[in-house]
Amino acid sequence: MALSGNGLDETPGEDSGMGFAQRQRLLSVLAKAPGKDLLSCWKQTGLDPSVELLRGPESGLVALQGRAGGTGQPFHVGEVSATRVTVRIGSGQVGHAMISGRDARKAQLVAVIDALAQDPGHAELVEREIVAPLEQLVGAGDARARRETAATRVNFFTMVRGED
Amino acid sequence: MYVAVKGGETAIANAHRLLAARRRGDADVPGLTLEQIAGQLSLAVDRVMGEGSLYDPELAALAIKQARGDLIEAVFLLRAYRTTLPRFGHSEPMDTGEMLVERRISAIYKDLPGGQLLGPTFDYTHRLLDPVLAGDAPVDAPETGQDSNERVIRVSDILGDEGLIEDDPVTDASLPVADITRTPTEYPMGRDARLQTLARGDEGFLLALAYSTQRGYARTHPFVGEIRIGDVDVEVMIPELGFTVVIGRVKLTECQMVNQFQGSAKVPPQFTRGYGLVFGQAERKAMAMSLCDRALRASELGEDIVAPAQDEEFVLSHCDNVQATGFVEHLKLPHYVDFQAELDLVRRMRAEHFANAARADGETSATDDTKEAAE
Repeated sequence: MALSGNGLDETPGEDSGMGFAQRQRLLSVLAKAPGKDLLSCWKQTGLDPSVELLRGPESGLVALQGRAGGTGQPFHVGEVSATRVTVRIGSGQVGHAMISGRDARKAQLVAVIDALAQDPGHAELVEREIVAPLEQLVGAGDARARRETAATRVNFFTMVRGED
Repeated sequence: MYVAVKGGETAIANAHRLLAARRRGDADVPGLTLEQIAGQLSLAVDRVMGEGSLYDPELAALAIKQARGDLIEAVFLLRAYRTTLPRFGHSEPMDTGEMLVERRISAIYKDLPGGQLLGPTFDYTHRLLDPVLAGDAPVDAPETGQDSNERVIRVSDILGDEGLIEDDPVTDASLPVADITRTPTEYPMGRDARLQTLARGDEGFLLALAYSTQRGYARTHPFVGEIRIGDVDVEVMIPELGFTVVIGRVKLTECQMVNQFQGSAKVPPQFTRGYGLVFGQAERKAMAMSLCDRALRASELGEDIVAPAQDEEFVLSHCDNVQATGFVEHLKLPHYVDFQAELDLVRRMRAEHFANAARADGETSATDDTKEAAE
């Protein structure tokens, strides 16, 4: 544990009923969502908790690994820029975020939303107003991309040559 | 010998000021925005990210702008930037099998699960300059089709099922993953370090070497098993949470090259493989990388090393364009004192040369005189 001994330790979902799969989904959805959409969903909720920065926002790098042949031994392809932040909100919950890119404001917002989702009083609102709509938005973008690619699929047909 | 020389400060400051003005160009023309570069010169951005070894489209766009479009200079800027940042850790190995595929083609199977998806490709264009693009006419929105929801299975998995192609297994999951940015290079290199080196290698250099293998300098009889381009999730283990989360997505190009057979007393004949994985949409680079990777497997596969593309140290120690440009371009730096020594040497050698010539001349004319006198 990188932060053991400074009070940031917690076992997954310890301070709420939130399971780790749920928290994993929340953080992943928020990280993938465009910053401006995340911000507009956040503004709609009208939430404004007091926020204490425990760490960061800090920008750095994450080494990206691929696999030889797609499935073999891992190797480093390069690095991606990333930003991480840890916050504590007024009601005491701690939120973590790590996102790719250098948008410190987005990273902090993700951490605050993560903290709020640990608070049983806000978990449902966060899910309904932020996570579910953003998941749908990203999913719709992916679906559109798939349909655009599908239009470029080659449909082979065989030319009959000669006579039978 | 090193001699400190002063006096260039004003010239340098003014040169940089001139550079800034030349970079900007005609002030009556609007300046480029990073969004324009990242959005409309996206393959240049991809190349700079790949060879700069840092995935960040916005920073790569900035580097291209600052470098006046000199992509190797832009790569240099990105490499320099990355050294200023701490490293948080590494991702889980990315799963290209789960890619949101934008393009996927295979040259070895016509009909395959997921289909041949051309995506946004230059292939089949006529390579005729389009005068319409000189303006800013609106373009048609992309056509859309029915998403088949078919899984886009890797071609190597199809061949692998029959045992026709060598397996690329995880040999030892506990083995540390090589990192050439942390450890000095040693030869022979492991395949992990080699793939990392090739992934950030210069496209032109690798392309030329790949071409050389096709022309007979280490023939490998390659087929494009599959090229796929698309977005892949980046998952990172967050120690405070104790599980992995997706921190975002990156666009990757993967090339699986299928090459001619290899077999032994123990293993029946089967196809061998070369692998390419590159940031962004970079098909040519991914293909070149996979051809070089395969050629460099020569000793592993018991092939004779007869060509430059198979020479590990030659390929891997010269494919980095930042290193290469550093050493080539350092020749521009003042070598006044070195050159003084050379001047002195060449003058002395010339003096000796002429003195010897004159002496030889004198001797011949002396013999001539004696001859004449004798006659």
